[in-house]
Amino acid sequence: MVDKSLELFDCGHRACGGCGPALAARLILKGAGKNTIVVSPTGCLEVFSTPYPETAWKVPWIHSLFENAAAVASGVEASLKKQGRSEKVVVIGGDGATFDIGVLCISGAFERGHDFTYICYDNEAYMNTGIQRSGATPFAASTTTSPAGRCSTGNKRPKKDMPQILAAHGAPYVATASISYPADLMQKVEKAVNTKGPCYIQVHAPCATGWGFEGNQTMKVGKLAVETGLSVMYEMSDGKVTKVKKVVRKPVEEYLSVQKRFRHLFKPVRRDAEIAQIQATADRNAEKYGLDIKLKKPRE
Amino acid sequence: MMQFMEGSYAVADAVRLCRPQVVSAYPITPQTHIVEALADMVANCTLDAEYITVESEFSALSACIGASAAGSRVYSATTSQGLALMFEVCFNVAGMRLPIVMTIVNRALSAPLSIWNDQQDSISLRDSGWMQLYAEDNQEATDLHYLAYRVAEDHQILLPIFVCFDGFILSHTYEPVETLTQEQADAYVPAFSPYAKLDPADPISFGMFASPDYYMEFRYEMDRAMDRAKERIVQAGKEFGKQFGRDYSGLIEGYRLDDAETAFVAMGSVCGTVKDAIDEMRAQGRKVGLLRIRCYRPFPGQEIVKALQGVQRVAVLDKNISLGSKGAVGLEVKDALYGSGISVFDYIVGLGGRDMKKSDIAAIAAMAEKGQGDQFYGLRQEVLR
Amino acid sequence: MALNIGCTARPGKSRSNRTGAWRVFRPVFKHDKCTKCGICALVCPEGCVEEREDEFYQVNYEFCKGCALCAEECPAEDIEMEQEGK
Repeated sequence: MVDKSLELFDCGHRACGGCGPALAARLILKGAGKNTIVVSPTGCLEVFSTPYPETAWKVPWIHSLFENAAAVASGVEASLKKQGRSEKVVVIGGDGATFDIGVLCISGAFERGHDFTYICYDNEAYMNTGIQRSGATPFAASTTTSPAGRCSTGNKRPKKDMPQILAAHGAPYVATASISYPADLMQKVEKAVNTKGPCYIQVHAPCATGWGFEGNQTMKVGKLAVETGLSVMYEMSDGKVTKVKKVVRKPVEEYLSVQKRFRHLFKPVRRDAEIAQIQATADRNAEKYGLDIKLKKPRE
Repeated sequence: MMQFMEGSYAVADAVRLCRPQVVSAYPITPQTHIVEALADMVANCTLDAEYITVESEFSALSACIGASAAGSRVYSATTSQGLALMFEVCFNVAGMRLPIVMTIVNRALSAPLSIWNDQQDSISLRDSGWMQLYAEDNQEATDLHYLAYRVAEDHQILLPIFVCFDGFILSHTYEPVETLTQEQADAYVPAFSPYAKLDPADPISFGMFASPDYYMEFRYEMDRAMDRAKERIVQAGKEFGKQFGRDYSGLIEGYRLDDAETAFVAMGSVCGTVKDAIDEMRAQGRKVGLLRIRCYRPFPGQEIVKALQGVQRVAVLDKNISLGSKGAVGLEVKDALYGSGISVFDYIVGLGGRDMKKSDIAAIAAMAEKGQGDQFYGLRQEVLR
Repeated sequence: MALNIGCTARPGKSRSNRTGAWRVFRPVFKHDKCTKCGICALVCPEGCVEEREDEFYQVNYEFCKGCALCAEECPAEDIEMEQEGK
């Protein structure tokens, strides 16, 4: 049972007001509990939570480098095993470290089957260094290294499917979640840390500063991502999808139009081709995962 | 017990007796025999350790970080390309003050690709904050591992350490080696007592970031620890001598230096050849000697000055080169001897496994006497463009 | 204060950074239509909304950055944002 009152992430950290990943860290720790050792790679969470000598972490925590959190976690797990200790090992890292520079170490750790949980807070770009694109940046999003301009409509590539990649490594439990559904996130974390073997949770964590919306809209934006089918919430056990959050789908425009990083799709001219491509991604997700709630009566 | 062993296996045996809880290493020639031997020991229950078959050297050292911080004594080994891949992690380990012991089986760096010996790899990390010891033979390579754990884990030191020995020349050579028993090793290397560890009972955040207000002081503390390490190494070496009859209390070793006019300075296995060459030259009346550097980091500058008093010229044999400048050891020896009036000549030798013979040592002595130095030695002119 | 070697720290020190100073707007909890659902405490990225003994919730203004997520997400619309007075 998740103890919602457990506060293991302290006040006084330096995240932006309304920060999605900060909320993710708080909720993840509630799901994981006190008997946890956290490993973080370099990134927003690590930087805003530990400027020496201030630390916001009330559990044991270690940061080494940008790309090696999964390898460090492998070492922690091996040591605990040898010492006969029972603490849960949890990596909490951003999409930059997870999708890109850390892929080597994550792949190795999952292939070796270490008993740990890797949780990625996905704010869809290298936010800490100033909003550069990562392998998690969605198609057509404008970042500083994939900017929209006269000759570009933003990021050219679709989002890398990290959960499926790690499921293919034989991970016993893989899930996607969102900070906009806190109870669901905490439950998934609790399940993952109590599942033996390497487990992966990808938490969609909107970033007000990087995506371009007001800090008080973080939860709403995250909800729209799920409700449009662009962010799918599901669970996989031993590589098979077991649970999917179904939605009454909204058109992707409702999600795109509230974020400055997609503003170029609407102003100065509407980019119908790109919007259609994004809608097609959502439609494909809906088909692949069975997202659409079948209504008895047709919508007005 | 005296055994006739390959250098790699002698080192693996010593590591086993130091009781690491976690071994994480990636295979790379010429280190492979060490990690294979350790895997074999784990598989046959003679080593009680978690053996992580990591997917790269970068991960090997990173896993050591996690395991060490969680409270385990750890071990890894690498060389050349592997060590280069660990570059970032090495600085990180030293800054986090984790007492990791790593064997470096010295090998040349690509490009061009070479699997043969020189000392460029470990020397290229001389800025990293790792202590560095260089062995002349397999006995020393073995013994230095016990000393390494003892010194690194000292709460006044808490710096990681390379134990370096030359690839193939030592690692794949059979020599008689006196091995310790488990009881002897336990007496010399105490159980690991971490200075700080990851534990929910006393949660600590490791590896925070430091603003300009703090960073310099952290680095200064590391430099102080390096300073203190000199005396600890001497003490530990003396204690080893007391317990097992082989003394390692010298950061340097002098060979027939007392009345030497020309002194060689070198590290590692080439010193064995140099000593033989010196004996031959002495028999002809030439006053030559050797200063062997055992401990390269921290650098024994004062000890070198003291040992070389009265010498007229120094011939440094550098199995490395700082391209665009000179050999690393030569530069530091020159720095130590600044103001002494002693001429220092640097010779770049043995790169990429180029053999060094006694005749080469004699030739270099002659060059130094003629005042010819600061150059590559032994180039094959027919190969050069 | 002596350095913790290895750049480490124990919990608690982040509280010396009073992020309440960042605020432009402050949330005012009316406790009028509040149903004590606890969503405000759950969604606060700072974790500075605390449950009182009477089970209503209150803000720790020392740390509240004024992001207004609590006001936005409160189902009873019981929280209002007011400009910080001078």
